Amino acid sequence: MIGIPLSHILIFSLLLFAIGVYGALVRRNIIGILISIELMLNAANINLIAFSKYTSLSPATGQIFAIFVIAIAATAAAVGLAIVLALYRVRKTVYTDEVNLLKW
Amino acid sequence: MPILEMAAKFGTYAVMAVILIFALGVVTLRNIFHCALCLAAALIGTAVLYVAFRAEYLAAIQILLYVGAVVTLIIFAIMLTEHLAGKTVRQNNSQSPLAIAGLLGFVALLTVVILKTPWPVTQTALKAKVSVMALGEALMGTYVFPFEVISIILIAALIGTVVIAKKDAPEERL
Repeated sequence: MIGIPLSHILIFSLLLFAIGVYGALVRRNIIGILISIELMLNAANINLIAFSKYTSLSPATGQIFAIFVIAIAATAAAVGLAIVLALYRVRKTVYTDEVNLLKW
Repeated sequence: MPILEMAAKFGTYAVMAVILIFALGVVTLRNIFHCALCLAAALIGTAVLYVAFRAEYLAAIQILLYVGAVVTLIIFAIMLTEHLAGKTVRQNNSQSPLAIAGLLGFVALLTVVILKTPWPVTQTALKAKVSVMALGEALMGTYVFPFEVISIILIAALIGTVVIAKKDAPEERL
């Protein structure tokens, strides 16, 4: 099989997740934040698959939950982008720091 | 045969490196459209990784759903909202050093935890092969309840998306 130790894959997906968190923290564009969230969900999926491949006694479990995560990610993207479009229609901006109606 | 295994191993590492590079592109590039394209590349790389982990069905789902649907959706949203494509707008806020410092601590802590944990890697799991049929049976047998919940969530998200994004009559303008 593939001769990669499990810890290397976990560290890789940890780095991917950290990059996603960084993007979600520093992006001004709401679409950029959504893209970063997709990256984070992707890292979680890699972890699920790696664990189901390396440690699980019923290997289907990890893949099933990865499918669930992908479905949730698709709905999150759809709803998030719909909110972005509605916001853009009202405020004519997609930048988070310009959406400050409720801020004082 | 060892040469083939070595090639597979280094190929997997190379795919991981490429995914990380594209992920960095996703969070650092200034043009949001380039970010979406980098995201597509990173997701395709992840699909390649799934094939390396013998999860071929997941790889197909990843390509179809993520690269096919989600990235297309994101690109449509970018094209509908980006009215200043030529102008260079500041894309990051000023929290970047703080975020980098915090995340370096997070990554260091979790790396230590990952390296110190004795993972129970079992040979049965390494040898096991998950067929699409087994996945379907698990989805319809053991995991039928979460499957139904996901269906309801999908319907709710579909209706909610249409309701949120549809153009309503121009009455109150904020």
